[in-house]
Amino acid sequence: MNMAAEEKKSDGAVPTVPAIETEPLITARNVDVFYADKQALNGITLDIPANKVTSLIGPSGCGKTTFLRCINRMNDLIDICRVEGEIKIGGQDIYDPKVDVVSLRAQVGMVFQKPNPFPKSIFENVAYGPRIHHLVKSKGELKDVVERSLSKAGLLEEVHDRLDDPGTGLSGGQQQRLCIARAIAVEPKVILMDEPCSALDPIATARIEELIDELRENYTIVIVTHSMQQAARVSQQTAFFHMGNLVEAGKTEQIFTTPQDPRTESYITGRIG
Amino acid sequence: MTDFTVKTPALKRRHAAEKRFQWYGLGSIIIALGFLLLMVGSITIKGIGAFTQTRVALEIELPSNEFNLNDLKATNYGAIVKKALRNAFPDVTKRRDKRKLYGLVSPYASFELQKMVIEDPALIGKTTKIWFVASDDVDMYIKGNVDTSIDEKSRKFSDKQIAWVEEIQKKGDLEKVFNSGFFTGGDSREPELAGILSAFMGSALSLSVCFLLSFPIGIFAAIYLEEFAKKNRWSALIEININNLAAVPSIVFGLLGLAVFLNVFGLPRSSPLVGGMVLSLMTLPTIIIASRASLRAVPPSIREAALGIGASQVQAAFHHVVPLALPGMLTGAIVGMARALGDTAPLLMIGMVAFIVDIPTGVLDKATALPVQIFLWADSPERGFMEKTSAAILVLLVFLVLMNLVAIILRRKFEQRF
Repeated sequence: MNMAAEEKKSDGAVPTVPAIETEPLITARNVDVFYADKQALNGITLDIPANKVTSLIGPSGCGKTTFLRCINRMNDLIDICRVEGEIKIGGQDIYDPKVDVVSLRAQVGMVFQKPNPFPKSIFENVAYGPRIHHLVKSKGELKDVVERSLSKAGLLEEVHDRLDDPGTGLSGGQQQRLCIARAIAVEPKVILMDEPCSALDPIATARIEELIDELRENYTIVIVTHSMQQAARVSQQTAFFHMGNLVEAGKTEQIFTTPQDPRTESYITGRIG
Repeated sequence: MTDFTVKTPALKRRHAAEKRFQWYGLGSIIIALGFLLLMVGSITIKGIGAFTQTRVALEIELPSNEFNLNDLKATNYGAIVKKALRNAFPDVTKRRDKRKLYGLVSPYASFELQKMVIEDPALIGKTTKIWFVASDDVDMYIKGNVDTSIDEKSRKFSDKQIAWVEEIQKKGDLEKVFNSGFFTGGDSREPELAGILSAFMGSALSLSVCFLLSFPIGIFAAIYLEEFAKKNRWSALIEININNLAAVPSIVFGLLGLAVFLNVFGLPRSSPLVGGMVLSLMTLPTIIIASRASLRAVPPSIREAALGIGASQVQAAFHHVVPLALPGMLTGAIVGMARALGDTAPLLMIGMVAFIVDIPTGVLDKATALPVQIFLWADSPERGFMEKTSAAILVLLVFLVLMNLVAIILRRKFEQRF
């Protein structure tokens, strides 16, 4: 309660109470992100529990995707981007200079907004990750991994007889599930999803949401979404971002039923955004 | 009810403007095509003659007493050919006329005869009818390039020669055949003997060197600059310099080649090796710029997809981005090569402007190149070289078309959808 009071005073740039009791897998402490001189995130502090779905919501440009991309250091690719603060995954600081981004990203997979399969066959799309990380020793093993991943992504039934067809020839929803299969083929701990359904129709969206719910058993999932219904449907924890600040985080039903911050309330009721 | 058929003046003006623009576009295309047709057409008409050749047959007497069977090369074959000509026209007696008579066949005739005798010594002691390459004057007359209405004194081919040629023609001892020598021979001072192969080989060898040097260097530079280099003041400076280099006149690269490759490194003058090196200096900026553009055209989502599952930057670049950009890179390289193929100035500076009869077989042999050959022939006074010039241009154009065709085929082969 103390903290909530403080938060109101300093406009949200202050730690929020971790919301879920289980041991957090990812802990972010005072994360600031700058694009050149412009500050995109102000002191984000958030705990992300293991084997749960955490959704990041907020209006466009609020920094939720920026935060997501900090978790597997995709922001390293942007020359002008600078990250301060501390993000730990399983107790290890991922911005430690000793950390190898390649092995970090193998542990923290990512699914993007627009389905982006490689212009190769369905098989090659999924096989690429295991192959570059030398996760398999033989062709047969590779085939097993590919089929297992496709089946976990709920795609195997639809494509089992045309694994050699180009991945780009699938429908949008299938392509997105292919990208999920590609991500889980390298056995990550965490899957980051950046608005995975924004380019899909409602049926394909429902299919992906179902899949996210199934994947929760084995993976920790962080999902950025514009759809509050989606956040409500798939996630156990929700974090609301606004103008580079983490306004509020907590159990999903609590955020959607009894939000603490007036900004959260106006957003979920559709008054800002 | 709204009436959709009403055309307000503003709407009419808009439609008129649209129509007008389409006509402008169509007009410019027609003009461009017209000029292209004019150019190719006139070159073809002028050059087509070079692909045929006039030959004359002579009754050649090979008396065995003039031959030493152990040394068939010792015989004066020229005298034998001349004697055959005198026998064919016994009434020519004046010295000056005789010289004109000898001018009906190419000076190469004696070598042709020598070759024939060495290949088949059984000819000795017999009289045989043998076909020889006619001189360029006869060739030009047969092809209708001699204007007989001009006063005899001011033309090279005299009335007497015309009479002789017509007499030979009447006997059926004159024929026009496909000029295979044009494609298999090297340059010559005699238009009827000059061939394009030495220049063609020179160009092909230079371009091979140029491709082998500039393609790998160019694409690696482009990949590094586009995928790995940090975008800062230094990379901006490099980019500006590359763009400027692409616009530097080629003769400057020629001078650089002369100063550095020939004088400092001491590489052989007139060689396709140095030619290719100079040309690659010129094509490098083109290849780098085109390759960077095609790398930039690969959607960033592909890069992110690879990095997102833990590919290193090199893996993302070489497994995913470069294969997608390769068709564009190849196109850039071929465009650069096509420019290099047509460029003369830098080759002049490094001595590839020589009279080369031998056909080069390696990159260190002395050679010339197609555009230089065109320049040399265009500069020659003999009438026969005029059609050779046009024919050489045709060969160059065909070479260019073939290169572009290869580029299209390669692009089709490597193209992937994304």
